[in-house]
Amino acid sequence: MIQHEREFGFATRAIHAGTPPDPATGARAVPIYQTAAYVFGSTEQAAELFALRSYGHIYSRISNPTVAAFEERMASLEGGLGAIAFSSGLAAQLCMVLSVAEAGDHLVCTQNVYGGTVTQLGVTIKRMGIETTFAPVEDPAAVRAAIRPNTKLLFVETIGNPSGALADVEAFASIAHSAGVPLVVDNTFATPYLCRPIERGADIVVHSATKFINGHGTSIGGVLVESGKFPWDNGSFPLLSQPSPGYHQKVFTETFGEYAFLMRARAEVLRDVGAQMAPMDAWLLLLGLETLGLRMERHVENARKIAAFLKTRPEVAWVREPELGSIFTFGLRGGRDAGRRFIDALELWSHLANVGDSKSLVIHPASTTHSQLSDEELRAAGVQPESVRLSVGLEDTDDLIWDLTNALQRANSA
Amino acid sequence: MVGASNNPLRPSYTVFSYLRRQREYAVAPINPTIEAIDGVATFPTLTAYAEQCGAPDVIDVFRRPSELVGVAREAIAVGAKAIWFQYGVVNQEAISLADRAGLDVVVDRCMKVEHARFFGVLAAGGFNTGLISSRRRGVPARQRSDT
Repeated sequence: MIQHEREFGFATRAIHAGTPPDPATGARAVPIYQTAAYVFGSTEQAAELFALRSYGHIYSRISNPTVAAFEERMASLEGGLGAIAFSSGLAAQLCMVLSVAEAGDHLVCTQNVYGGTVTQLGVTIKRMGIETTFAPVEDPAAVRAAIRPNTKLLFVETIGNPSGALADVEAFASIAHSAGVPLVVDNTFATPYLCRPIERGADIVVHSATKFINGHGTSIGGVLVESGKFPWDNGSFPLLSQPSPGYHQKVFTETFGEYAFLMRARAEVLRDVGAQMAPMDAWLLLLGLETLGLRMERHVENARKIAAFLKTRPEVAWVREPELGSIFTFGLRGGRDAGRRFIDALELWSHLANVGDSKSLVIHPASTTHSQLSDEELRAAGVQPESVRLSVGLEDTDDLIWDLTNALQRANSA
Repeated sequence: MVGASNNPLRPSYTVFSYLRRQREYAVAPINPTIEAIDGVATFPTLTAYAEQCGAPDVIDVFRRPSELVGVAREAIAVGAKAIWFQYGVVNQEAISLADRAGLDVVVDRCMKVEHARFFGVLAAGGFNTGLISSRRRGVPARQRSDT
């Protein structure tokens, strides 16, 4: 038994939450429980586990001790009741939606969110009969007006990708709650070190754990954290408050109280979708979390230095400095061709489609992800032909600036 | 456990079933409408329990809020040390009565969940137990201090 009631700080929890010494061996680092299944103690214990009357591991599609350690640490850092890890951020998002909505339901999402979210909600989930209205993040009245009687959640990003626009989490929480729906926040770009949406009224936080949580670009993962504070028994969420044919006619809100959402999301949705996180990936993510605060401090400091440098350069038309975080865009004079020459001339910055790595990353949307679009079509999609997106890493900023200087000169010298 | 049920779909069965498997507790079901739960004989009332077994340590309550004042009065009368109201089992008058009589009072919490938090199994579900320690658990404290 643990006797103290101390509230430990962020750095302590980033290192310790979810990972007491292994009770079986005393191993201080969390073991990688690379097993598909777990032996039952008796037929009686097996029956209790399957009926959700007892807690424990059955099969690693549903839960695994290494993955559970990562989940608990994320729940601790975000200030939630619990967490569920998934094979990717998009898997976390899909399972989050399926936990509260079914065919005939409706969602509201802010515009200019991550492109993968737009296609997931606007195309794939729409084909499943759940429609999404996209409303401008800078216009809370429009977001409020988009909510319908069958709306099941409001979705926003803390820091828009790639726009960098900050969401007013408290204002959106109030809009969502006055309509009786939960606020879901994608906190990938901010991480719980820079922003904890649950403290500002959000009900569910989702992450691509691939980014800063991992921090080293070594695994794909996703996670959702729930606050345990949303009233899922308010009459609008029959998936949680009515007998479930997916689990012995159990009424999740009645049986599990504040744990209803997390229990259903794991026992039914994760079980049936099968998008679980692998133990090895959870281990890498736990290792990443130990240094999250240290890394975020330096990411932010480096990003400020790089943004300040770019503003001094004649080759640079504009810089959208980050208000929070270390991912931002700038525009090169010379349009799409200058962007291509700039990227091709870089030595140290990695040209790839990811963010949140210890390595500095760069991408030129007009010549990669959006290369099929004309300049007019690009602008309509909110991307300028000359836009370059940077994810500033942890290298020496003098070296990063040396590389940028060379590439800017070449971009301009065609 | 006041209001323990023999219907496996009810939380009042689930929690009873879980707690009685924990070796450190003796759990007695109180329910005048059924004779036994999984072979454990019920008592019709708290008073009937106390007459036979003495004062209970903790009373875990699964009853409608309108019934709780009566349960609290009976709990005080039989000399219970604590009363625990499960999720949604809330009545301010009952809480005040028990509190003023000196009982420890827990409200809107599940005894099964809280047991699981402190004995390690809640963590299996990815829940935030709030527990941080670099001591090795799973070994009884007495053994540890002996070695």
